Amino acid sequence: MRLIRIIGLALFLAAFGLFLSLFFASEFTLTKEIFSDNVKPEHQESLLPMMEPLFGKKFGTSVSFSNTLADAVESVNNQFRQQQLWEKVIYDDYVGGLTRASLTGIVRDQALLLMILVFGVGALGALMFILPKANLEPAGIKNNGIFFHALNNRGWIGVLIGTLLIIFYIFLYFYDAYIVNWIVLVDPLKKWIDPNGSSSQWFLYGFLYTFAVVVMGVRMIIKYRHSRYQIFRTISVMFFQLALAFLLPEILVRLNQPYFDFKNMWPLDYDFFDAWHINMLTTAGGLGIFMFAWGITLFVIGVPVFVYFFGKRWYCSWVCGCGGLAETAGDPFRHLSDKSLKAWKIERWLIHGVLVFAVIMTAAVIYNFATGTSSFLGLDTYNHLRKPYGFFIGAIFSGVVGTGFYPFMGNRVWCRFGCPLAAYLGFVQRFKSRFRITTNGGQCISCGNCSTYCEMGIDVRWYAQRGQNIIRSSCVGCGVCSSVCPRGVLNLEVKDEKGRFGQPVLLGNNIESN
Amino acid sequence: MRHIVIIGNGIAGITAARHLRKLSDDKITVVSSETEHFFSRTALMYIYMGHMKYENTKPYEDWFWKKNKIDLLNAHVESVDTSQKKLLISNGDTISYDVLIVATGSKSNKFGWPGQDLIGVQGLYSYQDLVEMENRTKGIKKAVVVGGGLIGVEMAEMLLSRGIEVSFLVREKSFWNNVLPIQDAQLITRHLRAHHVDLKLETELKEILPDENGRVKSVVTSSGESISCQFVGLTVGVSPNVDFLRGSGVEIKRGVLVNEFLETNIRDVYAIGDCVERNYELPGRRNIEQVWYTGRMMGEVVAQTICGKKTKYQPGPWFNSAKFFDIEYQTYGQVGNRLGSSEDEFYWEHAGGEKAMHFIWNKETRKFLGINAFGIRLRHECFDRWLREGRDIKYVIDHLPEANFDPEFFVRHEEEIQKHFSSTNVIAA
Repeated sequence: MRLIRIIGLALFLAAFGLFLSLFFASEFTLTKEIFSDNVKPEHQESLLPMMEPLFGKKFGTSVSFSNTLADAVESVNNQFRQQQLWEKVIYDDYVGGLTRASLTGIVRDQALLLMILVFGVGALGALMFILPKANLEPAGIKNNGIFFHALNNRGWIGVLIGTLLIIFYIFLYFYDAYIVNWIVLVDPLKKWIDPNGSSSQWFLYGFLYTFAVVVMGVRMIIKYRHSRYQIFRTISVMFFQLALAFLLPEILVRLNQPYFDFKNMWPLDYDFFDAWHINMLTTAGGLGIFMFAWGITLFVIGVPVFVYFFGKRWYCSWVCGCGGLAETAGDPFRHLSDKSLKAWKIERWLIHGVLVFAVIMTAAVIYNFATGTSSFLGLDTYNHLRKPYGFFIGAIFSGVVGTGFYPFMGNRVWCRFGCPLAAYLGFVQRFKSRFRITTNGGQCISCGNCSTYCEMGIDVRWYAQRGQNIIRSSCVGCGVCSSVCPRGVLNLEVKDEKGRFGQPVLLGNNIESN
Repeated sequence: MRHIVIIGNGIAGITAARHLRKLSDDKITVVSSETEHFFSRTALMYIYMGHMKYENTKPYEDWFWKKNKIDLLNAHVESVDTSQKKLLISNGDTISYDVLIVATGSKSNKFGWPGQDLIGVQGLYSYQDLVEMENRTKGIKKAVVVGGGLIGVEMAEMLLSRGIEVSFLVREKSFWNNVLPIQDAQLITRHLRAHHVDLKLETELKEILPDENGRVKSVVTSSGESISCQFVGLTVGVSPNVDFLRGSGVEIKRGVLVNEFLETNIRDVYAIGDCVERNYELPGRRNIEQVWYTGRMMGEVVAQTICGKKTKYQPGPWFNSAKFFDIEYQTYGQVGNRLGSSEDEFYWEHAGGEKAMHFIWNKETRKFLGINAFGIRLRHECFDRWLREGRDIKYVIDHLPEANFDPEFFVRHEEEIQKHFSSTNVIAA
């Protein structure tokens, strides 16, 4: 068993190493044909003088090649700007397309084989590492050594993984040409789903994301196999990520329908009301109209009704993609969340600030859509609202920080400090819901496992040790506090709203107050 | 403004300090030489096992004490002068008090075994014990734990989590059989063995032998067996930590003697928690109760009395809990290790052998007396109420589903338990 695990780990690391090395695997040569095929006729004349010297020249990495291309385009544009020929400035993103078209070598020739080696062998290795745990130790909470481990406790492995993730997200959002080898690597899968399609950086991202949720979901199930709550919940996030977030939108595109994730919703899906999105849905026939109506129904009716009956968890730890990744790939880092009162104060300002930002931006977008204007209350909607939101919130906060910081600040950085949908769900949970975490009489021994393993940084113990129920807007209902409690003190319950906060009374004494 | 000094920053002393602060403006000083801040003693094992860091075991953030004007003094009290109302502390200073609360907890028992003071032989009670254990068990292969109680099983789990083999010497026929009924004790015994604990039942420690450096080398058991090991855990219970009070005039038997108001024989000196020995009887309860919960309750009560609302210590129905490796245990009411002559019992065990419930009731009146539950969480509030209301066993069995506290989707067993109960208690039902 132990041998299988060691082999599994070796296979996984080999596959991961192969994946990383593929970053450097291709050569890039721009040719006249590639140039003519990929550049719009109206731009060919102005770009040719700068591009021609590159024809036939071999570049060893996507980084040097795409940087050279970007410099070429930029110098052309600078000339136009100097000559004040504003209408001639090129805004089309040619770098990604040209880099991809100029790529030659093993990734292009053997994409399918490499994909199987990386992801097939990677998954096999991971499962060989994960599954035998079920036989090696009895079911139950086994957090042994977590605070000694270099992965889990901000040691060198954690720092390494965090750094890789942060770099990956920066490339993904801002330098997609750099990761063109990986984009091409998953092209066979894209073609299998949609023969006319071609993988993009977002397809790569969706695939890696789903891969992580599914593989680490299996790990989560093995780890918490004594708890049916955790098993069901994990299967749920795995299903929603695989089926609704990844496969269904791709299939819809193949069927010439709009790309649509049925479980995503405003305000997490912050561009839902952008003109281009509304137009895309409303011009796509009956299904498009249904999608538009569905998206609105979900947050107008779905949120209050489901949160009332089940708590915010129905979304955050059972359905959501960000939550899905946090609850699977992020589980090894859940104890790194900050439990201090100070962190809670920062959290409340930040998350509600983002919600206000999202609401104002959306109001502006809808106002502009209805009136045909492009500004709102004196603000240019694109430059002052949409662009900064997309950059700071959409890319930096939810992506780079939200996932890249898993190994440093825990697995729910985005959900806790940034997600506007979580803020909205939280309001309902706090003020109108049947959900609570019940504290079991006077049984708490203040050990601190619940607070330590709360990914949202809630000081669960503070409530439990005074015999009070826990009702917090941020609680995503993952149920891990209840799982790790050694004395059976905590339980996620839905019951009559009346008395849900409970009195802070510790049973067992003759004193009525605390 | 009085100066209230509390010796000991465990759960009893700190609970008293918090409640005193809520009820008064007196100056409050908590003296401890163990740690600067209050931490949860029950969580020591999790630090060793890497589930938590020491920081995580502090129930309140460090700013809490200053904000609530609870002064913390990191010092060891050498003696108490009750006539002058002064404490002598280790650096030679004295501290005056108007009111003194003794909350000094316990110390590990040692029964005079040969070799009990060797390097690598220790109990587990204080933070210092944990540090010592961390140092003494680094890189070792084999340990022996002596004494089949709650700290012993914790120590076994701790050591095994580091890959250290454990032989566990238990005097009783089955693990913790001096507290648990035999069925329950056997269930846990099986569980310990499934976790690869080398359990040696009906075995006592005879002596501990040193190597040439004064470190433990092996132990010899009552059966004459010699077990070589590099560490010995002595977990044969704890006793009140009260030696510093001897000669102070405060009356002491095994613990500090207190009346029902937690007052000692000396005016303005109170005692709470593990170090206390009640000078009066409470039905079904021992006079020294070294449990987290009783310390907490006494802390609450003594604050009331000191702040002018004289309140008796009247704990409600007994409850306790523990976790033996992966099996959680809860108990409510009175369940003895031997069935009393006036008692009747019903024991149900799940086919998997890791869940069980044990009900005790009065044979004549059928009044429900207590329950042990293993692997199934129960709602404290239900059993507290049923015990206070004096419900009979049938009521409890009938209403069992209400008391279930397991997480959602967990397999429920009440129906099976109820069926089993009515089939084995035909005459009674």
